[in-house]
Amino acid sequence: MELYYSIRPLLAVLVSLCAVPFIVLSPRPNIRETVSFIAAGLKFALVISMLPVILNGHQIIFTLMNVLPGAPIQFRVDALGMLFGIVSSFLWIVTTTYSIGYMRGLDEHAQTRYFCFFALALSATIGVAFAGNLLTLYLFYEMLSLATYPLVTHHQDDEARISGRKYLTYILGTSIGFVLPAMLYVYHVTGTLDFSALGVLGGKAHPTTLIVVLFLFIFGFAKAAIMPFHAWLPAAMVAPTPVSALLHAVAVVKVGVFSIIRVLLYTFGTKELMGLHVGPAVSYVASFTIIIGSLIALSQDNLKRLLAYSTISQLSYIILGVALLSPRGMTGGLIHIPMHAFGKITLFFCAGAIFVATGKKNLSEMHGIGKRMPITMIAFFIASLSIIGLPPCGGFLSKWNLLLGSLQSHQAIALVVLLVSSLLNAAYFMPIIYKAFFLRDQGSAQGIREAPLFCVVPLCVTSLLSIAMFFYPQPFYKLIKLVIHQLLGA
Amino acid sequence: MIAHYPALLVTIPLLAAFVIYGCSWLHKKSCLPLALLALAISCAVSIGLLAQAIAKGHISYHLGGWQPPWGIAYEVDPLNALVLVAVSTVAFINLIATAGEIEQVFSDRKGAFYTLYLLFIVGLLGIVVTGDLFNLYVLLEIASITGYSLIAMGQADRAPLSSLNYVFMGTIGACFYLLGVGYIYIMTGSLNMADVRALLPSLYHSSAILVAFIFCLVGVMIKMGFFPLHTWLPNAYTYAPSPAISLIAPLMTKVMAYVMIRLILSVFSPAFTFASLVVGHGIVWLACLAILMGAILALSQRDIKKMLTYIIVSEIGYIVGGAWLGNNTAMTGAVLHIINDTLMTFCVFLAVGGISRKLGSVELNNFKGLFKKMPFTMGAFVASGLSIIGVPPTCGFFSKWYLISGAMEAGSYSFVCVLIISSLINVILFFRIIETAFFAHSDPGNRHDYLLSEIDEISLNTLIPLLMAAAGLLVLGMYSGTVVGRVIQPALAGIL
Repeated sequence: MELYYSIRPLLAVLVSLCAVPFIVLSPRPNIRETVSFIAAGLKFALVISMLPVILNGHQIIFTLMNVLPGAPIQFRVDALGMLFGIVSSFLWIVTTTYSIGYMRGLDEHAQTRYFCFFALALSATIGVAFAGNLLTLYLFYEMLSLATYPLVTHHQDDEARISGRKYLTYILGTSIGFVLPAMLYVYHVTGTLDFSALGVLGGKAHPTTLIVVLFLFIFGFAKAAIMPFHAWLPAAMVAPTPVSALLHAVAVVKVGVFSIIRVLLYTFGTKELMGLHVGPAVSYVASFTIIIGSLIALSQDNLKRLLAYSTISQLSYIILGVALLSPRGMTGGLIHIPMHAFGKITLFFCAGAIFVATGKKNLSEMHGIGKRMPITMIAFFIASLSIIGLPPCGGFLSKWNLLLGSLQSHQAIALVVLLVSSLLNAAYFMPIIYKAFFLRDQGSAQGIREAPLFCVVPLCVTSLLSIAMFFYPQPFYKLIKLVIHQLLGA
Repeated sequence: MIAHYPALLVTIPLLAAFVIYGCSWLHKKSCLPLALLALAISCAVSIGLLAQAIAKGHISYHLGGWQPPWGIAYEVDPLNALVLVAVSTVAFINLIATAGEIEQVFSDRKGAFYTLYLLFIVGLLGIVVTGDLFNLYVLLEIASITGYSLIAMGQADRAPLSSLNYVFMGTIGACFYLLGVGYIYIMTGSLNMADVRALLPSLYHSSAILVAFIFCLVGVMIKMGFFPLHTWLPNAYTYAPSPAISLIAPLMTKVMAYVMIRLILSVFSPAFTFASLVVGHGIVWLACLAILMGAILALSQRDIKKMLTYIIVSEIGYIVGGAWLGNNTAMTGAVLHIINDTLMTFCVFLAVGGISRKLGSVELNNFKGLFKKMPFTMGAFVASGLSIIGVPPTCGFFSKWYLISGAMEAGSYSFVCVLIISSLINVILFFRIIETAFFAHSDPGNRHDYLLSEIDEISLNTLIPLLMAAAGLLVLGMYSGTVVGRVIQPALAGIL
């Protein structure tokens, strides 16, 4: 492995930050959205331009500032960061398209503010993906928390105010209350905050203390919505749908999961985790969230809230896979990052498209909606297959690997949890499909009336991609192979 | 010329103060330019001194050529040069930012205002730079008395009364300090700090020295508003005129905190302070109490200015606790926090001063919809809020980092917990305001995007310095590695 010194990771972070003044100053909505597009395209291009180096097994490093001894503000692109960087920067392009359709379709207020903070949030997301140490990761993690507040509370009504409060209480409360002391403790005992494939904490403190620190991190990164720190996610559904789609199905929540993975594998290290015998404990926490999240989703009538609970449950798949600490399990967990991202963003896009076209939010009002919006509902069907984990959708691959992984590490409980959860997923998605296509619409509206083209095209693209990823998952597999090779050796 | 920088630093604003008072009779218009010029020079001189101190390590200047310990010596090391830069820069920028308001509100008394303003700065710069214990007392009284007068010039009915309260408390504090210095003089026969430090080790067992130390400490703690000796602070700072308060609030308490660190480091020595004295732990506990009580009292305020004054009480707790944990990391944190807190308090009071000028009062309810009306001022307010909370990469995060690290090193986990809790309470304090300002009673039928007509910002003279201060929070944070590595560590090396 070689280290390449390049400014590209910084540029990839800054490009959307630099777009903000242009977005504010653009005189017309069309120009504003063009700027957003250009920034999104540039960001994706910059991320992709680093891919060949990473695929050759090298890493890219850039140090910005030496702010603390042993903990500079530093970017380091490795295979894991690349995996997450590609997914979130690609989906930003799609979401920008969708945002145009959605925000104009509903004639939302304060669209400039919306596009600004969206760009800021993406900067922070890529910052987390490419963070070279825990301090840099924390910096961008907090930036993301703050940048998403105006997006969550976009409607500025009483409901938004309450949800915003809940959002900040959970996210900032845990990051300052749990992560900050845990991070300081790591710095106190090791003198460094670097990520290392071998871990930095091995034998540096009493095992009990280390386990406490580990759980401070796991619950402290509350963006991963592990129970009991999940309640902010359903509350955040008051945000406009593109925000829920990109941020609360992909960027924000996966930043949480990504941070937990980083800390588990690169601060503690697989060897230390095995030594502490903490893998099963983490997987029980994740299993609990998986089952309870799915059960709550069953009882939801508001489509976006249902999807939120589904997300809570699905995020813990990733944690569960990584906590298995076996090559298969990790593969399953990590491949679930892109697979779930494409599936869930499609589902949110569909929910938003239905809202734009009909103004309906609740499932009980959506009888016969498949006849009115066939394209949207077919995409919904494909994406829900992916989430349930059925072929020919990408989600099948992650579930397959997760199941094999739980066999490999002899964790029967994980196996049962995954199978039960799949059934529960089917139990909350299939009735929606059934009602949409086979029940009659109570209203009088007849004929096909889809949402605007800007809404429909993105959701078609993401649903088709989640099928394509079933047949062609190699790029992601290659990255994950590199991650696992680096962590566990050959 | 360069050799005389330490003297110029203090004498230029001192002379300018008297010239300005003369001008206020003869030619009123030249008051402001003269004040600006004097502050600009002392600002430039202090930056020059910092560069010299970093290069040479230590500069000793003998006033009038009299050799210490008989004459008065000005000692400059990287540490106090840094504080000098902070004081003179804040004074200069604050005058630029608030000149418009001063000219308007004190149109008939502006000569007096500028004179007091400059004398206040003379006092503070002198306190920081002097190497003589009694000279420090004199300069402390200059700074205090001008401070009382500036506060008493407030428009509010309660300004004179709160200033009087401050006079009483401040005088008690000064008396304690003077008594302490008297004891030291009786025991050692010297007033020069370096000389006293050299003479003290043989007297460490003496109870007179212990009493002297405690008297000095209590005096300084009253002046810095350390809980529970803070009672003068909230009212004095709330009812003072805003151009004066964005000067006094960031500087006075922080300079006094620096004096405490100076007494520990270069008069009584850490060995005496931390080893032979058992009060250290007690003071860290008191600091915990100060932080918590400051935060809780701040929570109960509806008036934003008053809330901020309680945050100062809390921040002073940070510095005192850091200084008394007794290790290098925590002391680094305490010193860094003096600098950072100066900047963030300045930024937040400047923003609130601007808002109160626009709105008349700074009750929480008046903040409704303020992001629409004053987006830039509120932006700076949010930046300073984030710094006070301690969100990276603002500077507040880094000093808090050192403080918590130092507390972990010292095994003082209660102080760690208190700092974390205080950060969380600060989140509530600031997001309560941000939320109020963000959620407006906007017209629901209004779907327009850019409502430039709704923007009603403070004047550019105030806004530009304010935004510079806000950007400074980020820059100082990013360069905190440099500040610690180049300035604070060399100064602490060999002492702690």
